[in-house]
Amino acid sequence: MGGVSDSRALVRLLRDPAAAREVEDWTSLLAIARAESLAGTLAIRLRGVAVAPPVERLLDEARQAAERQRTEALWEAEMARRALAPLGVPVILLKGTAYAAAGLPPAEGRSIGDLDILVPRDSLPRVEAALLAAGWEWVKEDPYDDLYYRRWMHELPPLIHRERDRMIDVHHTVLPLTARPRPDAGALVADSVALESGLRILAPADMIVHAAAHLFADGDLAGGLRNLWDIDRLLRRFGEAPDFWPALRERARHHGLEAAVSRAVRLACRLYATPAPGGWRGRKGADAAFEARLLARDGWGRERRPLLRLAFYVRSHWLRMPPPMLARHLWTKARR
Amino acid sequence: MRHRFELQVGPVAFRVGSAWAGPVAALRRLYAGYPAPAGACDFTVRLEPERPWRRWLRPSVAIRGDYMLPDAAPLALAHGLLAAEMGMNLQMALGQRRFLLLHGATVERGGRALLLTGHSGSGKSTLAALLGERGWRLMGDEFALVDLADGCFHPFPRVVSLKNQALALFDDVAGERLGPVLRGTPKGTIRHLRPRSEAIARMDEPAAPRLILFPRFGRDLAAEARPVGAAEVFVRLTQASTNYVTLGEVGFAALAALVAGTPASAIDYASTEEAVGLVEALWAA
Repeated sequence: MGGVSDSRALVRLLRDPAAAREVEDWTSLLAIARAESLAGTLAIRLRGVAVAPPVERLLDEARQAAERQRTEALWEAEMARRALAPLGVPVILLKGTAYAAAGLPPAEGRSIGDLDILVPRDSLPRVEAALLAAGWEWVKEDPYDDLYYRRWMHELPPLIHRERDRMIDVHHTVLPLTARPRPDAGALVADSVALESGLRILAPADMIVHAAAHLFADGDLAGGLRNLWDIDRLLRRFGEAPDFWPALRERARHHGLEAAVSRAVRLACRLYATPAPGGWRGRKGADAAFEARLLARDGWGRERRPLLRLAFYVRSHWLRMPPPMLARHLWTKARR
Repeated sequence: MRHRFELQVGPVAFRVGSAWAGPVAALRRLYAGYPAPAGACDFTVRLEPERPWRRWLRPSVAIRGDYMLPDAAPLALAHGLLAAEMGMNLQMALGQRRFLLLHGATVERGGRALLLTGHSGSGKSTLAALLGERGWRLMGDEFALVDLADGCFHPFPRVVSLKNQALALFDDVAGERLGPVLRGTPKGTIRHLRPRSEAIARMDEPAAPRLILFPRFGRDLAAEARPVGAAEVFVRLTQASTNYVTLGEVGFAALAALVAGTPASAIDYASTEEAVGLVEALWAA
């Protein structure tokens, strides 16, 4: 391995574990999988596939590490539940912790970092106070950052728990308020589904919309292979329901995120062979550039294609805020 | 990457990639006689320019790899060997999950292992290297690898990093076992020492722990050994571990078993000869 698109080997193996027989350079493959936060996922996919003992040992280690992360993530969710239960507001788990708590397929082997929750916007002050009282504290003390988060972002400034050293992101919607699409946060909360613990998760279509928004309408696609894998696994599970696909289209339109959702489905089909109805597949517009960005990593785990990455970085800011505001923001940041 | 080197040390295999020839040449020379990994490497270390132009202009080596610290300071190219060593340590400290990792040095005699652990500057590394020249088998000077199933220590005999005054103690070692003298590094003057060939030949041989020592070096300290209670040993070892918290329950079980089954002492000393004497006396007791 030495070419620009070495991460294609990882994608191929995630799609078709039997291809493990043809892998010659496991060291490179593992370096890429770790860099993309997909080592545990890969290890679970390859469970039961015959590989050389040193490789099996490393895969086994990755599986155990993922299992411990799952336990910790669920414990962290329980801690947040206990802190917020007296308020009586709906607390919706997002991303990795949601998948783990609901036993959804992307959770298998997935690495889970911060705890992400969504609460109704009007409950934010009470949620913030309850978390601070329960041992969470601010990570950033900078007044500009703090004000920026509170005025323009879709989440509170990040909080960290002083004893457990774990971060929590408290969202009130799924995209920054400065972004052009304005998802219907009220509908996300209203249609959320309760788990046995009392914590909640997004409804299936909303879960896809959120994952797609996170991947394509916010951020620069770093680590995108993992997020796209989440989408593939969710679509395979939810797509079995007969009315899922039209409902997804309708929901994406309602949130103003049809383009992001369509692109997510097209790229998941292309990279991970997600089974989707004909109207969802194909290749459009800048898909090729997105695909190249997702695959820009070499066998040493290094990011490649600096210009392409820069373009996506610029795009992420462009999506996030109107030009005059962007200029003001970058100016303030640069003067520090 | 342009230059690469693969290395098996005990149960762990590393792949080191470098943008420059120098660090890899130094590694090859220093690690002569070590086996090559069979199959996959556990960890990848990358030595690369901090910025693209820093390959040529005032070359500066950034330490990167599978696991990274965001604010790790780059080193001068002349210290590339140290960068490689730090890179391997970083992978272990941040990424090792197969063993409970204790920051400390281990030596073996008669099939049983001695763990030396303490704050940096306590002299554990120097002491272990010295014992390794005097009839003990050096198992490692940086990390003790505790097996999560049976509690044995696995050898991890990387080259020893000798610091400052300790260099003089190893002047009569065969030159081929010594690396270049690296002056003005962030840790002072450093020279690497390859363990004796027996330590390398037996890198697959674990040993059960028999004694834990907490050495403390100080010019005005009287040579003395003191018992340390189990609770204090446990807490000190949690602080010496890089992955105790990450491992969760299995880490707790392995550490509790180690502490319950192994006597421990603190030793103070003002000279390495005193320290060797204390170690031998406690081992014989």
